[in-house]
Amino acid sequence: MVTNFLIYGLVNSAILMLSAIGFSLTFGLSGVANFAHGALYLTAGFTAWMLINYLGLSPLVAMLLTVVLIGILGALIYRFILMPVRGIILSEVISTYALGVAMIEFFRWKGFVSFDFSLPPFMKGGIDILGVTIDYQRLIIIGIALIIAIFLWYFTHYTNTGLALRGMAQDEYTALSIGIESDWAAMLSLGLGAALAAVAAAAILPLGIISINMGYDIFLIALAVSVLGGLESTLGLFLGSLIIGYAMVIASTYLGPQWGQVVYLSAIVIVLAIKPSGLFGKYKELEERV
Amino acid sequence: MRTSISHRKERIDRGIKVRSDDIFVLASMRDLLYVTLPKAIVILALLIFPLLKDVVGMYWENVLVSTLVIILLALSWDMLASAGLVSLGQAFFFGVGSYIAGYLSYRFGWSPLFTIPTATLVGAIISTLFLFPVLRLRGIYFGLITFALPLLLSRLIEATKVLGGTEGMSALPPLPGITGKLYLLIFVVFLTLFAFRRLVSSDYGLVFQGIRDNDRAVIAAGFNIQWYKAQAVFLAALPATFAGAFVTHHFQFVGIPAFAQDYSILPLTAVVVGGAGTFIGGALGAVILMPLSEVLREFGSLRVVIYSLLLLIFAIGLPEGVFKYVKRKYTQIERLTTMEEVKHD
Amino acid sequence: MIEPIIKVSNLCKSFGGTKATNEVSFELKPGEALGIIGPNGSGKSTLINLISGFVKPDKGEILFKGKNIAGSAPHKTVNLGIARSFQMSRPFYNMSVYKNLIIPISSPRARKSRGGKYGDLDEAAIHLLEEVGFERDSQVPYKEAGALPHGYLKRLELARCLALEPDIVILDELFSGMSMSEIASVVPLLERIKNEGKTLIMVEHRLTELFKIIDKVIVLNFGMKIAEGLPRDVMTQDAVTSAYLGSEVKTGA
Repeated sequence: MVTNFLIYGLVNSAILMLSAIGFSLTFGLSGVANFAHGALYLTAGFTAWMLINYLGLSPLVAMLLTVVLIGILGALIYRFILMPVRGIILSEVISTYALGVAMIEFFRWKGFVSFDFSLPPFMKGGIDILGVTIDYQRLIIIGIALIIAIFLWYFTHYTNTGLALRGMAQDEYTALSIGIESDWAAMLSLGLGAALAAVAAAAILPLGIISINMGYDIFLIALAVSVLGGLESTLGLFLGSLIIGYAMVIASTYLGPQWGQVVYLSAIVIVLAIKPSGLFGKYKELEERV
Repeated sequence: MRTSISHRKERIDRGIKVRSDDIFVLASMRDLLYVTLPKAIVILALLIFPLLKDVVGMYWENVLVSTLVIILLALSWDMLASAGLVSLGQAFFFGVGSYIAGYLSYRFGWSPLFTIPTATLVGAIISTLFLFPVLRLRGIYFGLITFALPLLLSRLIEATKVLGGTEGMSALPPLPGITGKLYLLIFVVFLTLFAFRRLVSSDYGLVFQGIRDNDRAVIAAGFNIQWYKAQAVFLAALPATFAGAFVTHHFQFVGIPAFAQDYSILPLTAVVVGGAGTFIGGALGAVILMPLSEVLREFGSLRVVIYSLLLLIFAIGLPEGVFKYVKRKYTQIERLTTMEEVKHD
Repeated sequence: MIEPIIKVSNLCKSFGGTKATNEVSFELKPGEALGIIGPNGSGKSTLINLISGFVKPDKGEILFKGKNIAGSAPHKTVNLGIARSFQMSRPFYNMSVYKNLIIPISSPRARKSRGGKYGDLDEAAIHLLEEVGFERDSQVPYKEAGALPHGYLKRLELARCLALEPDIVILDELFSGMSMSEIASVVPLLERIKNEGKTLIMVEHRLTELFKIIDKVIVLNFGMKIAEGLPRDVMTQDAVTSAYLGSEVKTGA
């Protein structure tokens, strides 16, 4: 029973982390809270579905193509929607919020609601670990989550592009004065964030059907994990996912299925009220306090 | 030496605007009408409409109520925005007001005459307390928390089944007088509009604007901005919690739909379309959007798609909003003037 | 023996791994004028931020009129009597110039000195603008602050500080970006502030102009105070010249 709990908690945490990582990256690197993050996740799911079912592509190819396409979509969103209003927080927030709602409700209107909409898992079947049966897809999710986390940590700490992006995030004036182009950096961080949302969709959606409300839920999950863990911190993301992941499993098991949502929604409100920089958020604290 | 003629756009005030800008407006009927007619038409229309219900039907009466409710939420939003606070969850205030009124009449049998004022005031206090911790931060955090709060509260009510759970509380006492309550609503709208406009342009409101433009300078002037923002939140919450309490008694029901996203997105769209920062803009936006929304009701989710697209387009394309644009056209003319450039060989 | 109006003891602040302020101590008597100088990055602005409350120190004390204000919230230090200007002075762009002053004039401290009354704030604002060199009858006070030329913005910043009726005025690089004549026209104003008994602290790079106003100077380098005293004494010290020039060059004093 306990091992069951431990393992499924871990799976849930991995799901949360994957869902959040794109949003956290974008917010941390460009200061843009992408309210359309969930919508991008959903769009990725449907795009992959359409590629598989209408164009007959193999799942692997479809998913890879989706990641690229959605990444490009993210960059375009910056270029055509955010760039004109860059700096005006009000308009940035409103425009991604409006876009997100428009995209999600568009799918609902078009009738993408039924059991037919699902993505195939990477590998069928399961395996026994410590007496708990767990399907391969869930293990793969954990694997992908870890790989991406490590890759991103490396990218933002050791590669030139990554460091440049971090530089921008910490001090835009200085970074601008040494020649890092703010708009390219922002486009890149949005594209990356969107691509990661697509990766998450490809890995997680095979667990069930693509439900339209995921568009909103994924965004809220991403927000909860990012806020709890703190921005600009991969470790924070990691721990935030673990804490919320296990808390959700406990809540749904002992209190009831709707309580899972209550957990991450409360996390947002509570963390913002008490320690808005989260567990490990560093640089934003100065900005926040004043 | 060559002279070439090029053109540039210039904007100048219309003659009639200049003439009617001071006391001498009283001398000319035409100038007087220019100044007062727009406002007069709106006020008259609003005053007469409730009386037309026999002509126009209950359905459009309900549209009027919805429009006025959204206007109140939009005015509330604009007040928050004038202090630099972006609310993505007007539904939070609305729902709090709704539930307090509903609970007081369901559990204690209070009449609307008592529940509505109580819910308005207590709701505003509670909302401010909920939001207080976030007020020491920049504006975007306020947006995030207001976004999450209505969702959290609705899921919480669903999960704990308190306050009626998913079924809500029904068979609540109605507001006395069908026409009377419409006039009450109209009165509150005018009161809010007038009060907020005066407040923001007063010296007290200047502090709010200062916080919006440059909060560091306001801190450096010795103001505790968390406390001032709290005052802005409290004042802004009042019309919104009132709207919630009113609707509870109008429909004689309160339930989870009180926290519906519509109550957040509609006023936001109204303000962005109509023009933020002017208060009247939000009202204008609501008047345009709400009837439109009714017409689109049969299209289901497409309605929301259209709204959000409108919101997007206006946020990026016409950020000043319709009201400022129309006002500009009403008071100024644009024309091409010629400039002579003298070029020396 | 007059009590110092401000006494900073062993103030420390680190950001990440860097010590921006490293055991800085000094004191000022009421009415003294202090200059804080040092090469870029020596921690001058951080010191100002620590005194005015915009940054919390890690260690150390700041006694203002006997009370320790280290770590106080910035609006509280203002209300106790410390006013500071900002290096990158940003006015309220969308408001007219005189309205920019309404906010500091209506601050709790300024209100208290008027006996709690609001009074005619507009008139007080225009009057204050006159004092810092705006001509009363010109249209300038009614124009949008965003349209002001640089020299006037600095004067506005100064007016903002004075509106708070402070005991200590801290000016963060007031002279930066000003021409010689602009500085010359502002100096009498600073003299008047001193004559009114206010304590002045100025962070500056324009040393020649600064030394004409202040009584003593402290030099910071890498967050530490490396010298303190009269300008002519301090500027001949080896530590100071090498801090500025980065090598062992002696100035012929």
